[in-house]
Amino acid sequence: MKIRARDPKEVWQEEFDSKPSRDDGIETSTISGIPLKPLYTSADLPKREEEMPGVYPYTRGIHTSGYRGRLWTMRQFSGFATAEETNRRYKYLLANGQTGLSVAFDMPTLMGQDSDAPTSRGEIGHCGVAIDSLADMETLFDGIPLGEITTSMTINSPAAILLCMYIAVAEKQGVPASALGGTLQNDILKEFIAQKEFIFPPEPSMRLVVDSIEYCAREVPKWNTISISGYHIREAGSTAAQELAFTLADGMAYVDACLERGMRIDDFASRLSFFFDAHIDFFEEVAKFRAARRIWARWMRERYGAQDERSIKLRFHTQTAGVSLTAQQPELNVARTAIEALAAVLGGTQSLHTNAMDEVLALPTDKAARIALRTQQLLAYETGVANTIDPLGGSYFVEALTDEMERQAEVYFKRIEELGGVIPAIEASFFQKEIADAAFRYQQELEQKRRLVVGVNEFTVDDEEPMDILRIDPKLEGEQVARVQAVRRKRDQARCSKALAALGKAAAGSDNLMPYILEAVRAYATEGEIMNTLIEVFGVYTEKAVI
Amino acid sequence: MPVDTAVRPVRILVAKVGLDGHDRGVKVVARALRDAGYEVIYTGLRQTPEMVVDAALQEDAQVIGLSIHSGAHMTLFPAVVQELKRRKATDIIVFGGGIIPEDDIAALKKRGVAELFTPGTPLQDIVDWLRKRFPRGGS
Repeated sequence: MKIRARDPKEVWQEEFDSKPSRDDGIETSTISGIPLKPLYTSADLPKREEEMPGVYPYTRGIHTSGYRGRLWTMRQFSGFATAEETNRRYKYLLANGQTGLSVAFDMPTLMGQDSDAPTSRGEIGHCGVAIDSLADMETLFDGIPLGEITTSMTINSPAAILLCMYIAVAEKQGVPASALGGTLQNDILKEFIAQKEFIFPPEPSMRLVVDSIEYCAREVPKWNTISISGYHIREAGSTAAQELAFTLADGMAYVDACLERGMRIDDFASRLSFFFDAHIDFFEEVAKFRAARRIWARWMRERYGAQDERSIKLRFHTQTAGVSLTAQQPELNVARTAIEALAAVLGGTQSLHTNAMDEVLALPTDKAARIALRTQQLLAYETGVANTIDPLGGSYFVEALTDEMERQAEVYFKRIEELGGVIPAIEASFFQKEIADAAFRYQQELEQKRRLVVGVNEFTVDDEEPMDILRIDPKLEGEQVARVQAVRRKRDQARCSKALAALGKAAAGSDNLMPYILEAVRAYATEGEIMNTLIEVFGVYTEKAVI
Repeated sequence: MPVDTAVRPVRILVAKVGLDGHDRGVKVVARALRDAGYEVIYTGLRQTPEMVVDAALQEDAQVIGLSIHSGAHMTLFPAVVQELKRRKATDIIVFGGGIIPEDDIAALKKRGVAELFTPGTPLQDIVDWLRKRFPRGGS
């Protein structure tokens, strides 16, 4: 008897359809709600020319040699209490094999106010280090050679001031600005969209961003002037596709603003960098990272006419998803973080922060911080995942999902354009509503147990063991207040007042403000004084409260 | 025989105190409470204790829900309770949510915060708690 060869796909489909599926009511779509097939085959593989790492559109990575050439930078975000204590943590992390610094500032610093401002009460040193003036910055980097390390600073509204402080500390160490490497987050658009640490209205905020990009292109050429961030958008509750689309749309808005200033695309685009979240839905995240590179490369080349290869390569930092961590059975967070970190690595990240298991409770203890760093070292050196470039490239599923991410992002770009661009869309609360809707949808899925979070809505334990957490000594608040007041007493007040007056005047005009801010910083003007000088000219922004 | 009076919904003022802008939690809770039939007023970000109490009195709220993620809860939550005392409005109940360690929860309750909800709390738990506190609505 002759057996007729049947298409194996058909055979599988028939067999699959004849078998019952699990009926536990758990969603089979991605965490963002993208419907998934039970199986992907060659029929799902997009038809396109073969993509290669280091070759346009860089879907498979921006470097020809992947992690064979160089591993990602292990960059743990940290900062707490005072500059002195944080300086000790930095030295500890560097001694333990961390390869770059990343500064977390406290809320008053992020919001541009001094530690002795009335609204700083209770906030000092809690979610980062308190920096009021150049004096604190000198302490923060004491004994750390700024010419030899790279530093990332997570700050936005007052970003220009903190960068100037860094430049001024380097000057004192004898390191020229041209030798400095690092990243300034400086991404104000996502503040309006998601994290909400805005101070000035959008227009003067954008001016400050463009001022710093323009200044760095000339004076601090190795500095990444902006880290265009999807992380906060995602943590605020967006889907993966929203994170991807809103972040890249922000990136294009910065490009437009710089071009409007008269800069040439290839003079600044190579210093734009990105920052994404690595959430728990593994394949969706890998697809998101791959799609981000392809979309950015295409837009930069085709729409903006960038010629320099470095302008069209999307470089990014990743942080594992803080929002995926649970206060319940917090040790499980080590496993979650490892999986998320793996997604970032297989997605080709340039640098990575892995969260500590206790970050959902407080800032990490030394031990938790070390385990987080060790997780990356384990990935890099034990698992072998760094040996092959883009190992998921060519996977029917991952390639199809990469294309789906790209498609959804393009739909959002059109909607944002119809709304008149990113800033009008912010003012119309478009992003804010999209994100709040997605967050609420997800929360309902949890309530209905259509999605499970281990230890939270399933597999719970009755008596949670308490975990040792890092406590910020309440005494330090008074000490930091005394410190900033001492700086004000000891400085050359005439020089400081003169610098602030010059800054105010320049803000009312159209000069690049960076040299004025740098002079004020050198004169030990405090962060709050510099911000207040600018607020007098620029005003403040208030958000429409929508739920 | 009990008289069947029309039940007025409980009015809840939901506020973000402190400097952080993490409004995901507060918005999700606000929507859930609204869906559960409460009248919800959301103040927006960066409210000082004085602003919160002002708004609660103006809006005739019976409950204030505070959200914070910056670690300043030990300063700001009791400050709201104090401000209510100063304004002789201690009938307004204060509850809160955010990243609040276990030890702090006990301390805050001692200082007049009625209940605290931490990450992972089912929305239904918050609604159930309010139903217990206001079995007959806001009348």
